[in-house]
Amino acid sequence: MDVLQIVAIGLIATVLVVVVKSQKPELALLLSVAAGVIIFLLVLGKIGSIMDIIKDLAARAGINMVYLGSILKIIGIAYIAEFGAQICRDAGEGAVATKIEFASKILIMVLAVPIVVAVLQALLKLVP
Amino acid sequence: MGNSVDIIFKIAGVGILVAVLNTILKHAGKEEQGQLVALAGLAIVFIWVIQLLADLFDQVKSVFKLF
Repeated sequence: MDVLQIVAIGLIATVLVVVVKSQKPELALLLSVAAGVIIFLLVLGKIGSIMDIIKDLAARAGINMVYLGSILKIIGIAYIAEFGAQICRDAGEGAVATKIEFASKILIMVLAVPIVVAVLQALLKLVP
Repeated sequence: MGNSVDIIFKIAGVGILVAVLNTILKHAGKEEQGQLVALAGLAIVFIWVIQLLADLFDQVKSVFKLF
């Protein structure tokens, strides 16, 4: 019953954040960061097993591993960037959060370029 | 698991302790020492959270093969 654990951690952290926030807002922010990291770490192992299954399926379907690797990297970048951006937005720094998202979009685009090129090459082969 | 949840309680404890000490020192007329206590508490908690974040980033890196 991991759901119960996660919900319990979230509720406890929320109550503690509300208690601390009135006195020390900066410590409340760090508290919510810690709660987020702990919840993330709890589900990260399960994400890893899902990734193994996806890799297995891709190997069976004969998909090139380069593409799957870059898709996994993109998902990882998106997770981390979303995490950081939400923390910044929680602290009231929407501008920094937007910049983090912008930077992560650029990094994702860099990783996606080989896939886009491959798609375009496949299209060019189809067009006589 | 229990170890990682402990850190939430530790941070909340530091927060409440710092707030109380800050109030006491302010009443005693030592506001600059209260500031120092707040700064020390922030630094301690920051170190814990940074270690936790480094752990998270390492695990994400190994799960998603981000090197």
